Amino acid sequence: MPEPKVDVTADVGGAPELPSLTPITTVQPVDLVRADGGVPLTGAAARRGKLGVMGILSMSWLVLIVALAVLAPILPIEDPNKIIASIARQPPGTDGHILGGDVLGRDMLSRLIWGARASLLIGTLSVLLGLVLGGLLGLVAGYFRGRWDNILTGGFDILLSFPQLILALTLVTVFASGAGTTYGVRMSVLILALGVVSIPVLGRITRANTLSWCQREFVLAARALGAKQREIMFKEVLPNVLPAMFSIALLGVAVVIVAEGGLSLLGVGTPLPTPSWGNIIAEGRAELRNAPHIVIEPTIVIFLTVFALNYLGDVVRARFDVRESAL
Amino acid sequence: MIRGRRRRVAPVAADYHQPGTRLLDVNDLKTYFRTPRGMVRAVDGVSLTLDRGKTLGLVGESGCGKSVLSRSIMGLLPSTAERTGEIIFASERLDTMGPEALRDYWGTQLAMVFQDPMTSLNPVMRIGRQITESLEVHTDMDKNQARDTALALLRSVHIPEAERRLDQYPHELSGGMRQRVVIAVALACGPQLLFADEPTTALDVTVQAQILDLLSEQQRERQMAVVLVSHDLGVVAGRTQEIAVMYAGQIVEQAPTQVLFSEVRMPYTEALLRSVPRLENASHTRLAVIGGRPPDLIDPPAGCRFAARCPYVQPRCLEEQPPLQEADTPGHLYRCWYPVGTPAGTEALERNLAAQLPQAEAAVSGELAVEAS
Repeated sequence: MPEPKVDVTADVGGAPELPSLTPITTVQPVDLVRADGGVPLTGAAARRGKLGVMGILSMSWLVLIVALAVLAPILPIEDPNKIIASIARQPPGTDGHILGGDVLGRDMLSRLIWGARASLLIGTLSVLLGLVLGGLLGLVAGYFRGRWDNILTGGFDILLSFPQLILALTLVTVFASGAGTTYGVRMSVLILALGVVSIPVLGRITRANTLSWCQREFVLAARALGAKQREIMFKEVLPNVLPAMFSIALLGVAVVIVAEGGLSLLGVGTPLPTPSWGNIIAEGRAELRNAPHIVIEPTIVIFLTVFALNYLGDVVRARFDVRESAL
Repeated sequence: MIRGRRRRVAPVAADYHQPGTRLLDVNDLKTYFRTPRGMVRAVDGVSLTLDRGKTLGLVGESGCGKSVLSRSIMGLLPSTAERTGEIIFASERLDTMGPEALRDYWGTQLAMVFQDPMTSLNPVMRIGRQITESLEVHTDMDKNQARDTALALLRSVHIPEAERRLDQYPHELSGGMRQRVVIAVALACGPQLLFADEPTTALDVTVQAQILDLLSEQQRERQMAVVLVSHDLGVVAGRTQEIAVMYAGQIVEQAPTQVLFSEVRMPYTEALLRSVPRLENASHTRLAVIGGRPPDLIDPPAGCRFAARCPYVQPRCLEEQPPLQEADTPGHLYRCWYPVGTPAGTEALERNLAAQLPQAEAAVSGELAVEAS
């Protein structure tokens, strides 16, 4: 792998250039705060902002799983909850079940495809929530500075000072556990909890970028032409900040998918029997010795998805850098 | 939100369109910045006037308050600034207006061309959009009319293939082209007063003249008044009716352009003139420099602010600040106790030479010393 290039044009809020820590393990804020996405995972293609072979593969993988998730009800696959005793704990290929069966004898392929629905839904919706709220607050903090900035940055810091997984766990436990909790309530609270956790991360990135873009003369020029504050904020500053926000949001989706898995392990993830990638792992971990494929398969799926999202995040970031340095 | 449906143009006085009438009247303008170290007196008591259609050159070295002065007049100051004094534009008091009221003036009455075309255009917005933006805010134009106007504007600032440029992004244009776009943006709503804040400093010398010519041409066509800010006397010499030389937040000499060059009174102006490179000098002539640095604007000296660097400096200069007084020629103001070209000044210089004052010796030898390299 070539030397990691330190890109001086990447003024994304002065985020420190840390060694590559792919945000795969836990919901550590440090992973997300690296606005530049760290060292590109592979190759020069991402650094130049081009898709490249890896980019096309990443994109294809994401398109594939999104398509499968959306089309799950009409695909010719087993019902994910149908128990076929003969394939319980059986390895891939048994009786024509490509990916084998899980602990209870449910088709793994079908559970993974249906599990993509829950995982992707939680991943995208909670990051979207964080993007909208965190982005808005960060934009306000960075644009108006002064008192607003102090209040909002203080709020972000308070949220960040909680261990993220514990915060999400607490929120879900308090608001959506116990007997009467329906599937819809649990899912909404999960999305909200993980969304709240991503607010400060996205908010800080947005604020840092807004601060640096607001120093540009075109912001003053827009004021000198009589534009309103709100217009300057949304029309002049926001479009410049969006690429950084989007790049971080892609990483954020990956982190949230993993975090949902963590919550599942703790018993407060997507409620069974509805599958999610996380709770498939949680269910299968007891049988790791006898039927490792139950854990390995969703792990590979999560890994590929996180990798693809990270890689595309890098591409977006690099593209945005190129445009800036061209000026 | 109903935006752009209402005409956001400030009302103007009746006599306003008569050429030669007073457009801008600034009285004792002071702009101080609050900093942790104390108040920075960036502009410290500036008065000036400007007639419609005329050009005022604002000259001085970096940090003397030129840009802050033009931004103070427009009201584009950060929240750490405190501004006092009177600003009368077309018979209206700008200094007492809030930002809401000022917005009606920005763009349509007052506009500004910024120094660096690399940063004064939004990198993610198409050229056309950047121009139509303010047209749609300030006028009743719909999208198509605004686009046609933008096209006409780009043509008027001599941008080739204007039609294609409308849909390009700033990074696809060269520096000179970008500055033309910046000028087109500033001119879009037909301002009466244009502040050109070092419009050519970031550009190639070959492009500088073109941009300045363009500004003059647009000014003539639009009967617009211009405040041309520059650190380069050469830039303002041929293009202004009047020049104000600023030093450490104050105007130290102000005169009609011809008069300023022929009857320099203030030693600082003389030093600036001497530091302009000249074609008739042999190549490798060492450029004359003004030694030292401008004074600290947080705690300016009690006497003349240029005293510490002045070849003519006398004890009085360190104690008493000279007032802005009128010279023999009407309209020529200067701030000096021992003005250049008067018996008092010559005598002061001779006294300093006799005392071997370094800046005095440098000032005299600078005119003679030719390095033989």
